[in-house]
Amino acid sequence: MPSPKPKLVGSSVPRKEGREKVTGRARYTDDLTFPGMLHGVTVRSEVPRGIIRKIEFGPGIPWDEFTVVTARDIPGENCVLLIERDQPLLADGAVNHPEEAIVLLAHADPYLLEEARRAVRVEIEPLPPIFTLEDSLARKEIIWGADNVFKSFAVNKGDAGAAFARADCIVVEGEYRTGAQEQLYIEPQAMLSIANPHNGVTVWGSMQCPYYVHKALVAIFGLPADKIRIVQAETGGGFGGKEEYPSMIAGHAALLAWKSGRPVKIVYDRAEDMAATTKRHPSRTRHRTAVTRDGKLVAMDIDFALDGGAYATLSSVVLSRGTIHAAGPYYCPNVRIRSRVVATNAPPHGAFRGFGAPQSIFALELHMDRVAHAIGLSPEEFRRRNFIKASETTATGQVIHEAVDMNRLLDRALRESDYAAKREQFARDNPGARVKRGIGFASFFHGAGFTGSGETYLASVVEAEATADGRVRIMTANTEMGQGANTVFAQIAADALGLGYDQIEIAQPDTASVPNSGPTVASRTSMVVGKLVEAAALGLKHELTSAGLLAAGDDSAENFARAARFYTDTRGPLRARSQYHAPPGLHWDDATYSGDAYGAFAWAVYVAEVTVDTATFETHVDDFVAVQEVGKVIHPVLAAGQIEGGIAQGIGFALTENVVWHEGRMANGQMTNYIMPTSADLPRIRVFFEENPYAFGPGGAKGIGELPIDGPAPAILNAIENATGLSIREIPATPERLMEAFDEAAAAQAAAPEPARPRA
Amino acid sequence: MRSFVPAYEMRTPATLAETLAALAREPGVWRPFAGGTDLMVLLEGGKLAHRRYLNIWKLPELRGIDVADDSVTLGALATYNEIQNHAVLAAEFPLLCRAAAETGSVATQNRGTLGGNIANASPAADSPPALVVYDASLELVSAAGSRWLAYDGFHTGYKQMLLRSDELIARIRLPRDKKNWIQHYAKVGTRRAQAISKVCLASAALIDANSIRDIRIAFGSVAPTVVRAKAAEAALRGKPFAPGSIAAARAALERDIAPIDDIRSTARYRLRVAQNLLVEFLKSISA
Amino acid sequence: MRRPPRKRPRPNPRGRVPDAAAKIEIACTVNGSPRRFHAWPMERLLDALRRELTLTGTKEGCGEGECGACSVLLDGSLVNSCLVPAAQAAGCEIRTIEGIANSADQLTAVQEAFLACGGAQCGICTPGMILAAHALLEKHPQPSDAEIRAGLSGNLCRCTGYTKLFESVVRACQSASAVL
Repeated sequence: MPSPKPKLVGSSVPRKEGREKVTGRARYTDDLTFPGMLHGVTVRSEVPRGIIRKIEFGPGIPWDEFTVVTARDIPGENCVLLIERDQPLLADGAVNHPEEAIVLLAHADPYLLEEARRAVRVEIEPLPPIFTLEDSLARKEIIWGADNVFKSFAVNKGDAGAAFARADCIVVEGEYRTGAQEQLYIEPQAMLSIANPHNGVTVWGSMQCPYYVHKALVAIFGLPADKIRIVQAETGGGFGGKEEYPSMIAGHAALLAWKSGRPVKIVYDRAEDMAATTKRHPSRTRHRTAVTRDGKLVAMDIDFALDGGAYATLSSVVLSRGTIHAAGPYYCPNVRIRSRVVATNAPPHGAFRGFGAPQSIFALELHMDRVAHAIGLSPEEFRRRNFIKASETTATGQVIHEAVDMNRLLDRALRESDYAAKREQFARDNPGARVKRGIGFASFFHGAGFTGSGETYLASVVEAEATADGRVRIMTANTEMGQGANTVFAQIAADALGLGYDQIEIAQPDTASVPNSGPTVASRTSMVVGKLVEAAALGLKHELTSAGLLAAGDDSAENFARAARFYTDTRGPLRARSQYHAPPGLHWDDATYSGDAYGAFAWAVYVAEVTVDTATFETHVDDFVAVQEVGKVIHPVLAAGQIEGGIAQGIGFALTENVVWHEGRMANGQMTNYIMPTSADLPRIRVFFEENPYAFGPGGAKGIGELPIDGPAPAILNAIENATGLSIREIPATPERLMEAFDEAAAAQAAAPEPARPRA
Repeated sequence: MRSFVPAYEMRTPATLAETLAALAREPGVWRPFAGGTDLMVLLEGGKLAHRRYLNIWKLPELRGIDVADDSVTLGALATYNEIQNHAVLAAEFPLLCRAAAETGSVATQNRGTLGGNIANASPAADSPPALVVYDASLELVSAAGSRWLAYDGFHTGYKQMLLRSDELIARIRLPRDKKNWIQHYAKVGTRRAQAISKVCLASAALIDANSIRDIRIAFGSVAPTVVRAKAAEAALRGKPFAPGSIAAARAALERDIAPIDDIRSTARYRLRVAQNLLVEFLKSISA
Repeated sequence: MRRPPRKRPRPNPRGRVPDAAAKIEIACTVNGSPRRFHAWPMERLLDALRRELTLTGTKEGCGEGECGACSVLLDGSLVNSCLVPAAQAAGCEIRTIEGIANSADQLTAVQEAFLACGGAQCGICTPGMILAAHALLEKHPQPSDAEIRAGLSGNLCRCTGYTKLFESVVRACQSASAVL
């Protein structure tokens, strides 16, 4: 009896496309050329809101050599179809944000093209713009719909109103804000298209969701689905920034190709990419929390507001996720959440890893420390008294069935970070020191997959095909962008089939040849699509078994190859298909916004140790411990890579990534002035995994892509407070902000001196 | 790429003499181009108005670092990498080496030159405060001859300097007279590497047991040019170590510098941090 | 069929577009082989490599010398090729990611280490990062943590958080052959 094959799931196999990447042979969109190709550029609005009066093509440019496209050239609908139909592909008559696309130009000479872009003058009669969340909520101007509100949600658990009236509770309030954040993938947005009325439209490009682009282009061109073909090229980072925006730039490239009859490539330079594309939604969260004196949560009232920019895009879904995560991994019997996302005249905000949860979790975890302090409990003890346990319900009334053990994660995180000893040591050393040290944590969760009935609505499909020589191709629309999707799918399929890793091929996501397995977002790729990959792979085996060509339970690669060859020789293609069906027992009610929001949650506690220099007000993260329970770790190196990368982005979100706005436009759109961390700015990030298999994930895996960006900002700000006593409630916590906070605290102390209270 | 690159011309003269002849023959038409780390960023951004350049990168007359008994003289094309790796500079001119290590990245330091940095005249440059503290002087050469100027005062306003259009910066001389001084460099940037400075302090103090006998204080990023903080120096020169002199210097500094709000930081922050950095240095030498 | 490079540009009758200077011929050594190409004098070396020499392994991430994705070795020194005008590449030795290993089917210790340790995720920063790692190990064969941090600090990575990049460099030094 041969010994069982070692499983690939759980081991760190080589990255599928790793060799191409380390040799420079991987081909990204700007590496691709076609004979006769033209370059394309976009002429954009310089005004935040207004009526287009005139478009002038200035003198000195040989305009007859150029392809010029405006809204008038759109064969189908002038719309970037996503959820609403409000965003035009090209502005027609009106503009609603700076950098809105108005005219497209193409020419073979990229330098002359740039001169031409400068020579187009668009006269816009300005209308009064709105730039802040507050002004939009106050309806100083109505700039979208009837009341500027893209979407609102209400969550009602128990009876928060009655609970707040209780006499035995302490009520703590707080307001917290987060700024915009730029995804800053190192490869800028890029698309290349060949398009004509005879053959249809083909687009190659940097993207996360080929079928989103497909749907958008079907509407733009008014063509049948099989006349639009979208192919994902090697993609240099996405993080959500290439979830919805690619439909816009793909539409632009395709229109220029359509009109010119030539292949057209549009590649943004960094300045354009930063200024014109989506960012994380800025947020304002107001918490009002009632707790008993012995630290039990009684009621939470949360007002969660997001700035959505000029068009709806994905704002409703970002709001949804932020709303559902707003009350955190705690049990609270009464929860009231009111959330809204509103319009402003800035380029639309969009998907960025975490997708609303980093914003609401930031507010919550700062507030939990605040509540703990108000009742004289340590932050960790307060959490322990309120962590949700199996059989308890979340804010949306979802019963947690799994054996979640947040206390265990907290214990481990505090132990690995030497939290208790450090708190003591810092409390002793800080008084009088120029450089103060602090340690703080955040405890949180992140739901994987689309919310509620979203996955059922997506009805994702995966296909698998066996070749005559016994190799297997897996066909999904899910995109490798560095997270390791290709590798994970190959591991899963290989284990399911008993084949070697190198016998599994992952097809390039090409809408002409892969089914719609849904977008590569929402931490769903490994958990939801990976499970479908497994099912499709097993489906191949099942087909062979049903045909009597392979014994059930036979996992020999040779027998599979032999059976596959026989099948294909005698019957034709050997294919299998799997489609998503929701795990049994999940119920979500959109009307009451209650029920089972997600099939699975990953759980985490992150600890940040910081130094704050009181002469320069700079904060540095010296150590970072990340403990998370993720179901099952499919690939240890890739999984750790996701956590480390997400934490780095979270540290930037917390401390340095500041978008400077001038009248709705990003003023610091260069890598010199938009500050992401370098290798000198980050500590070694220490990652620890716990496993608690999720029955419906491949090998027991839950989604983890977004989890790591939820924790760093609140952990760091809690650490800053531990170091300095300052309660900073807005990020990024730049040195300038810390200085203002120090000054305010000093002024308050001078005005009403009270003995300094030692922090718990 | 926001510039019409085909319109830009670059010629490579074989010698310094050829370069100076071209500058003299057509004043203002040609400009020197060294490592390009500043100019190429402007080209990318569509902001490089001048279009005709003389590539001086390989001119041997402008290279090298010469050590004499009383001074070290750097060729204008000395790169930040060469500066950091020079034994005498590392030993006696640590502020300049620190500035070189803080400028950009390894790749920038391989191409960025001291002369180019001076001619680019960014108020946020990392080396100028060190040069001011070291009482550096510059040799400017032209077809008509050469002249030496003190570096302090060379920059007369934002991007203005005492350099004629037919002149090149050829050499930078640093007197070897601060070996016994306590030297201190502190840069506060937007992050720990590849950072444009928000405030940059270079300082050197000659002390005895009780007092500051002499001191140099220079700041970057807090005025349209590098600033020698003369009022702060005056409040300290010859004064005893005492909280009173430190407080006086802190207050005097407000008269020396004129920080602004910009996309990186605020005037209030820059002033406060400039004062704090100075005070921290003074406290450290008083101890 | 490639047209020969135009020596003088067509004059613009309306004069709005500045008159173009002539392209120049650059002779240099690229990845060990002598190469000649035509480029505008102040065309970025990055563009000359990618367009004239079709060496697309070197990437553009920012165009301002901040991200290091365009790093190459110029006369043995790490430089950002987006900041080097083509005219200054004349007579130089250039090494790009395509030429860092001894042959097309070999990998250097650094490349092997990146594969083993997960140093490459999306891969766009990887060519520049590998070149920076090579330059670092050339200078510091057994670098300290601080030296690694400083050596890679000019190369931005948005995917990894740098932890596995450090591990890759450490692994490359430990590699028995340590063939750079």
